[in-house]
Amino acid sequence: MTDLTKLTLAEARDGLAKKTFSATDLTRAHLDAIEAANSALNAFVLPTPDHALAQAAESDRRIAKGEARPLEGLPLGHKDLFCTKGIRTTACSRILDDFKPPYESTVGQNLWDAGAVMLGKLNNDEFAMGSSNETSAFGPVISPWRRNGKDGNPSTDKLVPGGSSGGSSAAVSAGLCLAATATDTGGSIRQPAALTGTVGIKPTYGRCSRWGIVAFASSLDQAGPIAKTVRDAAMMLKVMASHDAKDTTSVDAPVPDYEAALTKGVKGLRVGVPKEYRVPGMSKEIEDLWQKGIDWLKAQGATIHEISLPHTKYALPAYYIVAPAECSSNLARYDGVRYGLRVPGKDVTDTYENTRAAGFGKEVRRRILIGTYVLSAGYYDAYYLKAQKVRTLIKRDFDLAWDKVDVVLTPTTPSPAFAFGEKSGDPIAMYLEDIFTVTVNMAGLPGISVPGGLSSEGTPLGLQLIAKPFDEETLFRAGQAIETAAGRFDAGAAWWTGAAGARSQQAGAKAGKSGGKS
Amino acid sequence: MQAKAKATKTSNLIPGATGDWEVVIGMEVHAQVASQSKLFSGSSTAFGAEPNSHVSLVDAAMPGMLPVINSECIAQAVRTGLGLKAAVNLRSVFDRKNYFYPDLPQGYQISQYKQPIVGEGEIEIDVDGEAMRVGIERLHLEQDAGKSIHDQHPDYSYVDLNRSGVALMEIVSKPDLRSSKQAQAYVTKLRTILRYLGTCDGDMEKGNLRADVNVSVRKPGDGLGTRCEIKNVNSIRFIGQAVEVEARRQIDILEDGGKIDQETRLFDPGKGETRSMRSKEEAHDYRYFPDPDLLPLEMTQQYVDDLKQHLPELPDEKRARFMKDYGLTAYDAGVLIAERERADFFEAVAKGRDGKTAANWVINELLGRLNKDGHDIGDSPLSAKQLGGLVDLIATNVISGKIAKDLFEILWTDGGDPAEIVDARGMKQVTDTGAIEKAIDEIIAANPDKVEQAKAKPSMLGWFVGQVMKSSGGKANPAAVNEILKKKLGIA
Repeated sequence: MTDLTKLTLAEARDGLAKKTFSATDLTRAHLDAIEAANSALNAFVLPTPDHALAQAAESDRRIAKGEARPLEGLPLGHKDLFCTKGIRTTACSRILDDFKPPYESTVGQNLWDAGAVMLGKLNNDEFAMGSSNETSAFGPVISPWRRNGKDGNPSTDKLVPGGSSGGSSAAVSAGLCLAATATDTGGSIRQPAALTGTVGIKPTYGRCSRWGIVAFASSLDQAGPIAKTVRDAAMMLKVMASHDAKDTTSVDAPVPDYEAALTKGVKGLRVGVPKEYRVPGMSKEIEDLWQKGIDWLKAQGATIHEISLPHTKYALPAYYIVAPAECSSNLARYDGVRYGLRVPGKDVTDTYENTRAAGFGKEVRRRILIGTYVLSAGYYDAYYLKAQKVRTLIKRDFDLAWDKVDVVLTPTTPSPAFAFGEKSGDPIAMYLEDIFTVTVNMAGLPGISVPGGLSSEGTPLGLQLIAKPFDEETLFRAGQAIETAAGRFDAGAAWWTGAAGARSQQAGAKAGKSGGKS
Repeated sequence: MQAKAKATKTSNLIPGATGDWEVVIGMEVHAQVASQSKLFSGSSTAFGAEPNSHVSLVDAAMPGMLPVINSECIAQAVRTGLGLKAAVNLRSVFDRKNYFYPDLPQGYQISQYKQPIVGEGEIEIDVDGEAMRVGIERLHLEQDAGKSIHDQHPDYSYVDLNRSGVALMEIVSKPDLRSSKQAQAYVTKLRTILRYLGTCDGDMEKGNLRADVNVSVRKPGDGLGTRCEIKNVNSIRFIGQAVEVEARRQIDILEDGGKIDQETRLFDPGKGETRSMRSKEEAHDYRYFPDPDLLPLEMTQQYVDDLKQHLPELPDEKRARFMKDYGLTAYDAGVLIAERERADFFEAVAKGRDGKTAANWVINELLGRLNKDGHDIGDSPLSAKQLGGLVDLIATNVISGKIAKDLFEILWTDGGDPAEIVDARGMKQVTDTGAIEKAIDEIIAANPDKVEQAKAKPSMLGWFVGQVMKSSGGKANPAAVNEILKKKLGIA
C-alpha cells in the first residue's frame, strides 16, 4: 500500500470514495506517524487516538452506507486554541492547566459535522502569541525542514516552524495529518505556512466564527486552515466557514464552493504589487521570489500593476498596540477563580498575582503589560486611539487599491525559517516577522500564503496574496496559479522518526524564552 | 448663575455657623432592566434562585465565549429614553470597563462609556406643590456583576454569578437637585416612570433600583464644590438621610477651615453617617475601550418610532388627563398617578361615574385603609367593581355618605355585592319626607331653646342635622333633612 500520509486531503477523499483504503486505515497511518514523530517534532500536545479511531469507524460506516459527508474520514490536526468538548484545551498555556471545556468551538463542530476525524490537539505559541512556536508551555515545535549543510547533508540546526500555528504547519508539512486548523491574528497561519512549504489561508474577518476559540485579540483573530495544497485549503475553508449567531462579528454571507474557483485561472486578473513592501534590507532571494511570482501570474494571463499602500509602514507599530490592548483585557478572565490554574495567596489580590505570574509565560506577560499601558488613562489617546486611526487609514489604502486591482501579491515573510534562539532574545526582530502579514489583519482582509520556492539554504519561502473582503475565491484562483507554476515542496527524508527524538528534546529544553506575533 | 440662584428657594438652604449653605445633588440610578434573559446571554434573570443556577458559559466567562446583545434589553432602554423625553442615539458603542474582582468573571464589565444609547432628557418633579425640571445627562446599558458572599466559610469567600450579566440601565441626572426632598422626589418620580414603562420593576428591596448620590455644598451663588459619591443607597428614605448627613458633614469640615476630599463613601443607616470607601487616589483606572467582540449598536429611526408609538401613557400625561377629564385637583391626580395600578384602579371606579367622588373614595378611604393594613393596591380586599358599586349607591341616593363608610367596612371585611348588602341589612337611607318631618318635629319640640338659638345663629343647623341623623340611625337623606329643617326653623 502507498504511504497514506503522503496523500493530499483531496487524494485521500478520492481514495476513500473509491474504497482504496478505509478511514480507519487512513487514521491509523497518521496516528502511527504522530507516534513516530512527536518526540522529535513536538507538534501535537495531545494526540487523541481513541477519539480519532472512533470517529474513523463512524466514517467507515457512513461510507459503506453511501452517506459520506464532505470531509468524511479525513484525519486532521486541531490547534489547541480551539475548545474541544471534554478534551483538554490549554492554548498551550500553564494557566489553563487541564481545562476541559464543556463545549465545542463552532469551527470544530463544523468540521466534525462534515465527517472529519480529529487526531489530536496541536501545539502553538502560548495564547497564539509568537512567530516561532517558542512560547508554548509545552515546549517548542521543531520544523521538519532543515537547512542545507556545508557537507552536502542537511544541517542539524533545529529550525522553527513559524508561529503561532507552528504545530499545525509542522504536522501538515511532516505528514502527521492531512490538514490542520489554525488561527491568525497577525500572520499566525500564513507565516508558519510560508516557513514549512505549506498553504495557509486567513479568511476575511467574520468568515469563520470565533465562538469557542480562545481569544487573543478579538478584532483581529480569525480561524483558517493550513494544508498541503491550495485545493486542500479550499476544501477545509468551505467547511470551517459559517455564519454563527453566537458570534455577532461573524458575517451572514453564503460560503461559495471554493474548489470550483480553482479551475478559473488568472487570465485578465489584475494583480497589484505594492511598492511599500520593498522594505529596506529585504534579501535578494525574497525579492527574486516576489519577481518569480509576478512572472508566473503574468505568464498565465494576469496583468501586473504597481500600487501604493502608503500607510503600510505604520501597520506593525499600530498592530503591536491594538493586539496587546485587546489581549490585556481578553486574558483578564484567567484569574484562578473559576477554572484552570490557581496558586493560592494570602488574599484575593495575592492569589491573582501568584496565579497569573505562574500561569502566563514571559511573552504573554509582556503583551499584557504593553496592552495595559496603552489603555491607561492619559495614554489611551496617544496610543490606542491613534492606532485605531492608523487602522482606518490602512483599510482605506486597500479600498483605494481595489479600484485598480483584484488581488495583491507580496512575499509572506521578510526572511526564511530561522533557528531556535536566533530571534527569541530580541522581541523587535521577532515582531518584524509579521511585517507583511499584519496589514491584512488590521484591514480585516483575506490573505493566503502559497509556497513559491526554496531559499539558498534550501528552506521554503512563501508568497502572499491579498484580496477584497469575502473574495477568498480570487485567492484560491491566484494561489492555484502560483502552485501550478512553482510546484509543491517536501521537507525531504523523514529524519524525525524514531531515534532522532532524544536530540529534539534538548532543543525544547533550551528554547521557550520569547517570541513575536500570533 | 442668575437662574441657578433663583432656582434655590431659601427654604432649601442649610444654616451653618458662617451663614447659609446650598447642597448640590446629582444622581446615578442603577435600574435593572425588566427582561427574561441577561444583557448578553440567554440565562434567566429570575430573582432568588439557587446560587449559580442562572449562569451560562458566557456569564462565567469561559474561554472563547462571546457576548450576543439581547434585543429586548435594547428596546427597554429605548423605551426608557423616550419616557424620559430624551434623545435616543441611533448609534451607540459598548465598551469594556476593566478591573479585577472575583464576582466579575470576564475581568471587565461591558458598559457604554463615550457613546451611550440615550442622551439628554428631563423629569418633572413636584416638591411641596411646586413643579421643577431635573435634567437627565444620559442613560447607558451595562452588565451587573455577580455577588461575593463573605460569611459562609472562615477562610474563603463564595461567588454567586446569578446576577452576573443581568442588564442594568444607569441613569445619570444633571446636578440640578438642591435638597434631600428634591432628591427623594426625583428617585420616586423616576421609579414611577420606569414602572409605568414596564422597563424596571423598581423593587429597591431586591436591589433592582439603587442610587449613587453625588453630594457637594457651596455658599449660594458660588461655583460647584468638591463632591463625594455615596454608593448604592437602596431606599428612598435612606437617600434623604444620606444627603442630609453628608451635607452636614461637608459643611462642618468647610466651616472648620478644612477641605473636602473627592471620594467614594458608603451610607450606614444604622449609625446615620457616611464613611469613606476609597479616595480619588485609590480610584481604579478602568482602561475603557470599545468591546471588540461587539459591533457598534445601530438602530433605525423607524425602530425607535415604532417603540414610541406603543409607549404607554406616562404619569405626567395621565395626571393632566385626570385633571381635565375628571375635574381632579393637581394633588389628588398626583396621588392617583403615583402608581400605575392605583391610577388603573381609580379609572375603573371612575368610569361612567363622578370622578371626584371616585377619587375621594379611592384616596381617602381605600388608600388610607390599604396603607394602615399594609396592603398594596394590587392585593386590595376591595375590588374596583365593589367600590364602584358603593359610589353608585351614593349617587342614586340609596345610601348616605355616612352609611357608605359602614358599607365600606363590611365590604373590606366580609366582601360581597354592595347593593345586596344594603338591601339585606336595611341600610337604605330614608327619603320618606313624612318620616323625616316626624323626627324633626320631635327634636324641635324637645329643644325649644336650641330653636331660639338657631334663629339668631343659622350655623346651629348642623346640630339639628346631627340629631336627626342620630335618631334615624344615619339612614335619613341628609339633603332632605337639611331642606325640611331650614323650612321648619325659618332659616333662609
